[in-house]
Amino acid sequence: MSIDIETAARVAKLARIKVEDEDLPVLAGEFNAILGFIEQLQQLDVDDVDPMTSVTPMRLKRRADVVTDGNQQAKVLANAPDAREGFFAVPKVVE
Amino acid sequence: MGDLNKLTIAEARDALRKGETTAVALTEACLKAIDSADALGAVAHKTPDLALERARAADERLQAREEAPAMCGIPVGIKDLFCTEGVPSQAASKILEGFRPDYESTVSGKLKDAGAVMVGKLNMDEFAMGSSNETSVYGNAINPWKAEGGAALTPGGSSGGSASAVAADLCLAATGTDTGGSIRQPAAFTGIVGLKPTYGRCSRWGIVAFASSLDQAGPMTRTVRDAAIMGAAMMGHDPKDSTSADMAVPDFEAMLTGDIRGKVIGIPKEYRMDGMPVAIGKLWSDGAEMLKDAGAEIRDISLPHTRYALPAYYVIAPAEASSNLARYDGVRFGHRAALAPGDGITEMYEKTRAEGFGDEVKRRVMIGTYVLSAGFYDAYYNRARKVRALIKRDFDEAFAAGVDSILTPTTPSAAFALGREVSDPVEMYLNDVFTVTVNLAGLPGISVPVGRDGQGLPLGLQLIGRPWEEGALLNTAYALEGAAGFVAKPAKWW
Repeated sequence: MSIDIETAARVAKLARIKVEDEDLPVLAGEFNAILGFIEQLQQLDVDDVDPMTSVTPMRLKRRADVVTDGNQQAKVLANAPDAREGFFAVPKVVE
Repeated sequence: MGDLNKLTIAEARDALRKGETTAVALTEACLKAIDSADALGAVAHKTPDLALERARAADERLQAREEAPAMCGIPVGIKDLFCTEGVPSQAASKILEGFRPDYESTVSGKLKDAGAVMVGKLNMDEFAMGSSNETSVYGNAINPWKAEGGAALTPGGSSGGSASAVAADLCLAATGTDTGGSIRQPAAFTGIVGLKPTYGRCSRWGIVAFASSLDQAGPMTRTVRDAAIMGAAMMGHDPKDSTSADMAVPDFEAMLTGDIRGKVIGIPKEYRMDGMPVAIGKLWSDGAEMLKDAGAEIRDISLPHTRYALPAYYVIAPAEASSNLARYDGVRFGHRAALAPGDGITEMYEKTRAEGFGDEVKRRVMIGTYVLSAGFYDAYYNRARKVRALIKRDFDEAFAAGVDSILTPTTPSAAFALGREVSDPVEMYLNDVFTVTVNLAGLPGISVPVGRDGQGLPLGLQLIGRPWEEGALLNTAYALEGAAGFVAKPAKWW
């Protein structure tokens, strides 16, 4: 499978990483090298294999469905690049 | 006492109890060593005031009637991937610049509660993605070892700063994390011991996530005994990590008898690669001979799906990374790009992530995005998860046939030069060829320094154990360490 420039641009968009147009050919080339390497996986017959889910069979723990944390607005906002009036501030989302 | 920063954990622990030294004296020796070692680039954030404060508290605790934990008063370095309260924790990434967590990761918290003294945050590859510590926003960490008259070498990665710091005696031990070999490969490159525990032994809570089904924290130390002591202090069940194992952590140190008579050591034929350097091949057979002399049975085994491990890893790890790293969006923490007039939220995400992530991280996030995208999920991600099951089955069958542990080289070469041109990203990935199977199968693995190559650079062998049997694995490693008698230290040039 070969990744063209258009596909590279689409993947960058999906990943929300801005890539300049002039950088797309190199990126597509790198994707092709990595995907070519991954392609070996197609050689194996895995039809009757279940995907691995854990090292040893383990049941996920359950806990009571109760609030265990909260009331830490200042701490939650402390690392925000832009926090105002108790909220995270972001550019306009809806026109 | 001699140079306090050169002690092992066990030596320092015993000296503290005999009153021959103090936590403050140990800490001051490490802080001094750190200040004279900026050329190594191992320590990204120094924390001298915090260290001395904790050392004083440790000394008080050591004087109290109650028995203090083994790690009390021991100066350690913490990989930058661990969130440490009030101290920069940025996974060596620009995107987490300025981030100061309001909480402590479970593992670093356990060490802190045991009285260990954090002397600083250690350099690493950005988001633990790399095998040479060259993707860090802080710049390269450098190996204290050098070939004669040679260029600066990589300490390996991603826990390159941890390896460099322990090998150069900047701290007695350090934490690392291992997703595909990031504890064991740097340990081998720097002549130290690195233990990756069974997946689920150490809580992942508060450690910046790379690939959640593979990531595991572990100790990087000068000796196997120290790995047993520090490892036990880092492990244990944590309700805040749903994959954390609710199993008792044994006293690993008490299990170090050195007696491995009758143990079966598997030698997997698939790990004998074409073009393997002679020194590595010899080290491997020497290691097998040492274990045999100690009374173990050496048995040739087959792990037939080994060659599919790296390709499976390079689907699973980027897929999980693309999901985990979606949180870096410039809203809640870290870097946000300056925006142009009219830019909306999508431009904010795209510019922030373009500026904040380095090239290797971007590449992996995008590969992960691609293999998870509509139409490819089954062909890549699900297939890789199935291949992973086959790789695990190989190990299960070996263990079921009576193999106790498996001996392999840790790395396909000794430490290589920093800054060499790598045009194909896949070439760098091959560093993990012997270690990555262990992460995919969730098994414990340890790298032990065993010899040196023709240029005098350290080489390590890896032992792989049965799940949850770190104690037996450490004991086999202890026997190997004793037989190898690796005591060389790098000549100080920094």
